[in-house]
Amino acid sequence: MTAPNARRPRQLRIEVLRHNPADAASVPRLQGYELTEAPGMTLFIALNEIRETQDPSLQFDFVCRAGICGSCGMLINGRPGLACRTLIQDMDPHIRLAPLPVFELIGDLSVDTGKWMRAVGERLEAWLHGAAGADVDRMEAPMDPDLADAIYELDRCIECGCCVAACGSAQMREDFVGAVGLNRIARFRLDPRDGRDDGDFYELIGDDQGVFGCMTLLGCQDVCPKDLPLQTQIAFLRRHMARRGFGGG
Amino acid sequence: MKILYTDVLVVGGGLAGLRMAIAARRRGHEAVILSLVPPKRSHSAAAQGGMQASLANVIQGQGDNEDVHFEDTVRGSDWGADQAVVRMFVHTAPKAVRELAAWGVPWSRVRRGDREVVINGERVTVTERDGAHGLVAQRQFGGTKKWRTCYVSDGTGHAMLYTVSDQAIAADIPVHERMEAIALIHDAGRCHGAVVRNLVTGELTAYVAKATAIATGGAGRLYRVTTNAVICEGMGQAIALDTGVAALGNMEAVQFHPTGIFPAGILVTEGCRGDGGLLLDGDGHRFMPDYEPEKRELASRDVVSRRMEQHIAAGRGAHSRFGEHLWLDITLLGRAHIEHNLREVQEICRNFLGIDPVREPIPVRPAQHYTMGGIRTDHTGECPTLKGLFAAGEVACWDMHGFNRLGGNSVAETVVAGMIVGEAIADFCDRTANDAVVSTGLARDFLGREQARLDDLLKGGGRENANTLKAAMQNVMTDKVGIFRHGEALAAAVEELQQLVERSRHLGVAYKAPGANPELVVAYRLQLMLRLALCTAAGALARTESRGAHYRDDYPRRDDGEWLKRTLARWPDPTAALPTLDYEALDIGAMELPPGWRGYGARDHMEHPAAEGRRARIEQVKRDLAGADRFAVQEALMPFRHLLPERYRGPNERLDEGTA
Repeated sequence: MTAPNARRPRQLRIEVLRHNPADAASVPRLQGYELTEAPGMTLFIALNEIRETQDPSLQFDFVCRAGICGSCGMLINGRPGLACRTLIQDMDPHIRLAPLPVFELIGDLSVDTGKWMRAVGERLEAWLHGAAGADVDRMEAPMDPDLADAIYELDRCIECGCCVAACGSAQMREDFVGAVGLNRIARFRLDPRDGRDDGDFYELIGDDQGVFGCMTLLGCQDVCPKDLPLQTQIAFLRRHMARRGFGGG
Repeated sequence: MKILYTDVLVVGGGLAGLRMAIAARRRGHEAVILSLVPPKRSHSAAAQGGMQASLANVIQGQGDNEDVHFEDTVRGSDWGADQAVVRMFVHTAPKAVRELAAWGVPWSRVRRGDREVVINGERVTVTERDGAHGLVAQRQFGGTKKWRTCYVSDGTGHAMLYTVSDQAIAADIPVHERMEAIALIHDAGRCHGAVVRNLVTGELTAYVAKATAIATGGAGRLYRVTTNAVICEGMGQAIALDTGVAALGNMEAVQFHPTGIFPAGILVTEGCRGDGGLLLDGDGHRFMPDYEPEKRELASRDVVSRRMEQHIAAGRGAHSRFGEHLWLDITLLGRAHIEHNLREVQEICRNFLGIDPVREPIPVRPAQHYTMGGIRTDHTGECPTLKGLFAAGEVACWDMHGFNRLGGNSVAETVVAGMIVGEAIADFCDRTANDAVVSTGLARDFLGREQARLDDLLKGGGRENANTLKAAMQNVMTDKVGIFRHGEALAAAVEELQQLVERSRHLGVAYKAPGANPELVVAYRLQLMLRLALCTAAGALARTESRGAHYRDDYPRRDDGEWLKRTLARWPDPTAALPTLDYEALDIGAMELPPGWRGYGARDHMEHPAAEGRRARIEQVKRDLAGADRFAVQEALMPFRHLLPERYRGPNERLDEGTA
């Protein structure tokens, strides 16, 4: 544990960009809340305290509160991140929160990442192809242990939407699949159990909505809470898709 | 009035719900899944360490099979489990791993040759077989004789959930997100669907279905300190209880996980101890071997959690500004192992504690973790008293866990029960007699009843605050219905919870919006959660013995003579102050493994009068079948294969065991 804090607890001012699209009278505005910092306080704890003691109308999303599920992506002082695992002790006492851009706003800090992710998943056919017909009584097919680890590395994405919110292309064109979508393709492309080849993947991402829409600003990798190697994966995919586009193998 | 029709209504988008929906869809039935959150955010994702299935690929798992998994699970349950269901489960678990391997889960794989592992605090070298190279690997978990837990680093649940969710998308199964079932529609012992509230708009819709399947997970949020996600509030159990017809089994059986990080209660996986991590006290002493020489840190969770609390109560804990705790030390595993196989643990420690577990021990204390009890079902997953209502996973009392679940058996149950119950649901929907015949009047009645309940909260003028009452309930449960229980404290808990129920009839909501309204959600859920809490507390008060995770210090012995039975809680009269408690005896004469010592923990249980006779009978059968293979012996003792869907009856192939 960290040493007991000898200082008086700090007074926090948390400003939230609020708007309720379901309410015709609602106008986007910043609303400030004052509260006293507690030891080990995260934004999860602070926002719940605000809602329970000051403002029952405040909307936000938490599920696991352990940095695993990806529900609580928001702009924290302008930068996309997971609120549940953001420790306030490391921050200035004046904190500004806003919903992730790009995604449909449900209200206040709550956005509809689920709908967006499902739509991209459907568009990119982001599931293992050729999964049917396994004989579950027989031993599983072997896989190289390093390859299994490499697939898991890309499978660690939690679809929190931070990469999309930090993406220049996604701000400009709403049909861009984002690093999250490209990473999923990279994951299935790496997996020998998937029956698709580069020709199939080219059909899915070989355009400006896909891998050629990336402007290489790489905000995605800067903010990814899971430290996924998005930069490498996008570059790798682009090289293979370009080769494919020029008629190579 | 809005009514939506489907064949199968699945409530809950975690692993169990998704897998049931896929099973029904593949059999040609329409399925709709309701989920509070995007399904990939479900609490299944939090299962870190792995899934038990007796594949016997690693050398420390050699010799493992269904029989060993069965015995471990029954002993773990402290003989509370339904042994036929355990058999169905252990037989299907290898198939589930193999199915998921084919669907894309990147299971961690065996690497041939020597590797160093930590066993009982010592570094030892084990040599993996050439033939096992590339097969799914297993790690050690608590309460098991063999290394049986298949894993994907320490993100097993996440990888499984993403794979199954992706397959549900591939099967074009619609998921209605941010939708909550707040009541079941039923009449004359038949369930017809649910009243569903849109959490964004507040609109109510009647979903009418041939089969309704609940898979909403556990009820950890009845407690103040829990590893569970904030959505694990027990609403699936609660709406079943609210029918007055369905029963909840063994709600007093609540598991506390030994290693919640202190004080936040966030889980760090049992894989930490399975891989060789140690529990240390305030003096840095490894105390578990003093209490549990046989299994040490790897006794079952109920035993380890009790020993930890006992050690803290003896003044041996570590002190911090938040209170007393113990240490989980994984530094001995080394950086490479932690960064490879325990990376989520490392991330959690860094983000929530500001420490690196490679160099420092982790402050831990037991926290509520798992709800063994739930909607009582038969072996097919159907509620015996409410036709057309099914349940699977943590929400159900199928009953493979009895009074204590083994680590790695829950995420396994989600997919295995999803496979088995999913087939039963498809069979149910195949039968024309089960076509939905529901009058719109019935749907209107239920919609009207629920709308009135919500209106009363919004406009009824009540003055009680839901957050205050919820915190009071969580305190009662944590302080009086926790790891150590006592008659007086339990009686006080029942009384306090009843007072809270009374106060909850006068809840008022300050924020009046009918749509997205977090305060309203807390209020209407709390009224139902309080009933679950009462089922737990009243069941615990009535059960005057100690079994598995239910420990009474005024009745410290397991009493098979009196209590080899399952608690069934019902709430037939909505105005009643307490649930009715009935009991369902476990038939010792049908058990493959009659009650005895678990192999760890207390040895002083009170014997059932029929146990000796059943043991003698089993010995006789084994003598009669001397020379027969293990399948024939098992079949003679407790036949179960006929209970499985046909497609899952085949034998499981292993490296050392062909299927021919």
